[in-house]
Amino acid sequence: MTTTTPALTGGRRRPGDRVFSGTATASAVLILLVLAGVGLFLLAEAYPALTAPADRISGGEGMVVYLWPILFGTLITAIIAMLLAVPVAVGIALFISHYAPRRLSQTLGYVVDLLAAVPSIVYGFWGVQVFAISLVPLYQWLAENLGWIPLFAGPASATGRTILTVSLVLAVMILPIISALSREVFLQTPRLHEEAAMALGATRWEMIKYAVIPYGRSGVISASMLGLGRALGETMAVTLVLSASGGVTFNLLSSGNPATIAAEIALNFPEATGLRLSELIAAGLVLFLLTFLVNFAARALVTRQKGGST
Amino acid sequence: MASQSPPETAQDDPRGDEEQDRSALTRYQPPSLAESMHASLPRWSGAAAAGLGLLVAAAVVAVTDLHVAVAVVAGAVVGIAAFVVASRAVEGERAATDRFVTALVTVAFVVAVLPLVSVVWTTVSRGLPRLDAAYLTQSMYGIIGEGGGAYHAIMGTLIVTGIATLISVPIGTMTAIYLVEYGGDNRLSKVVTFLVDVMTGIPSIVAGLFSLALFTLVFGPGLRLGIMGSIALSVLMIPIVVRAVEEMLRIVPARLRESSYALGVPKWRTIVKVVLPTAASGIASGVVLAVARVAGETAPLLVTVGIASSTNLNPFENRMAVLPVFAYYQIKFPGIPPQAFIDRAWTGALLLIILVMTLNVAARVLARALAPKTR
Repeated sequence: MTTTTPALTGGRRRPGDRVFSGTATASAVLILLVLAGVGLFLLAEAYPALTAPADRISGGEGMVVYLWPILFGTLITAIIAMLLAVPVAVGIALFISHYAPRRLSQTLGYVVDLLAAVPSIVYGFWGVQVFAISLVPLYQWLAENLGWIPLFAGPASATGRTILTVSLVLAVMILPIISALSREVFLQTPRLHEEAAMALGATRWEMIKYAVIPYGRSGVISASMLGLGRALGETMAVTLVLSASGGVTFNLLSSGNPATIAAEIALNFPEATGLRLSELIAAGLVLFLLTFLVNFAARALVTRQKGGST
Repeated sequence: MASQSPPETAQDDPRGDEEQDRSALTRYQPPSLAESMHASLPRWSGAAAAGLGLLVAAAVVAVTDLHVAVAVVAGAVVGIAAFVVASRAVEGERAATDRFVTALVTVAFVVAVLPLVSVVWTTVSRGLPRLDAAYLTQSMYGIIGEGGGAYHAIMGTLIVTGIATLISVPIGTMTAIYLVEYGGDNRLSKVVTFLVDVMTGIPSIVAGLFSLALFTLVFGPGLRLGIMGSIALSVLMIPIVVRAVEEMLRIVPARLRESSYALGVPKWRTIVKVVLPTAASGIASGVVLAVARVAGETAPLLVTVGIASSTNLNPFENRMAVLPVFAYYQIKFPGIPPQAFIDRAWTGALLLIILVMTLNVAARVLARALAPKTR
């Protein structure tokens, strides 16, 4: 006789059971296949570009030279966006969960959730038609007064469609996502911990510092990583806002900007054929591996945090 | 051990703060005896600090020719500094830190809400002018300048997203059922859980490239079809559905399943008749949210579906227009007169926001309407 617990298998295995559990297992396996497929199919389509002689690649110096500037652009925009967005997002999350009046906080939370759902292309429209233009005077001021910092060396772009604008738009985009997730974790802090801190005479900030933040840290990290993933892979907002001209530079205000991988693909894809198409798919493969790594790291970090803090 | 620093009396506090926060302190009322045990700033002090900050910002704009953003930063710094210094004098070190963080968090909130409000306001104000009958009923067939509409793109979005939903919901739900009801703690379910997490992080354009690569390998290059877009969207949607359904199935109480088994009901009928109906409200709202999440995706559709100017309702043949890609082309490559194209693009963006918001609200309503009547 079988040794499995009879109570939980629901008695005898019937044909219906076998079909149903088979379908469920097949779906789970299908997900494995799809993810493997993403890697394999991209590799297959990128293969011609990866093996082509260097002089046939755009720029004429091989895949590495072609990929490096756009990889750099992807990383620098996403990292600046993260640095700007995470502190503010944590601030918003704390404001909604612990500072706003109770009646207001539910509405605010709902509004942030809605904003997290606004399609990225809308942010792109806003970025290019409203935001970039309004930033031009600020960039000129920065270039004139803080030009000794290499980041703001200038000369400031006349259209405002620079790396810094893209980073700011990305920051605005990932704000609602990071803060929605962080708020959820902050709200899950055990009531008793908070009340115990207050009963010991802690101020509200001390309560947050010693009870809420240690509890929510892993959640905030994974939310930030999710935001980073979004910023790395964001296509339309960057495509619309950035006026890319190639070249690797830390000068955030000038009109000489590196593109990002996603924007490079979206801009050139409609006309690309043959080897050019392969190049773009190879760039997509690099982006896939990059986000895979980020997600992997986030997961590992969170698991370790959880193991340590309990 | 005293938990509070020695209460400082009202007489000490104006020292050194006069230039910082005159308005707040000259009108300071000495606290009553009971209150002076825990001396604190009056309730309106926060508003006073904010007012001071605004005043400073306004003064900077009026007197100098600095950019507004610089002035706002200066105002915020002065306002917060005054607030903290006043609090430190009256209430002591720890309370001052608390006030500082409160001010920072509030400022962070306000600063973050401004651009978000600007996004929504711009889209509504620029999108409304072209939100007319022609926009909703005409395609771009034969249109070169003004006029025309997005009927073809709206239908395309409905078809492509609809098919993506039809693919993702069964696969996602069955995977979640596997994870919760069958997998337990075995290796496959651990790997799948991990990979679903990774899949939620796939950049949307990579999903599009995947679908394109798949169809290129099978049918040859150069293909653009509605169904390719649906498959790309499914790759993005399946993990969201799995997560949502899994979460809902896990909170179905075990005693419901056990009661069903005790009555001799087979496992699969238990799942279909007991577990799924109990979780129905959460599943429905999760699915709707997943649809909302992918309905506005542009990049994967740009590379798989392409663009068309006439109505094509067949996802298995030829290019199709979808709303986000349509709006993108209108704004990125405007014709003559450009304003007509830009107007059409903003109206497309407005329709997308309306669609996504409606789906979000629908998810809430569904969750409430279908909630199990347990008590």
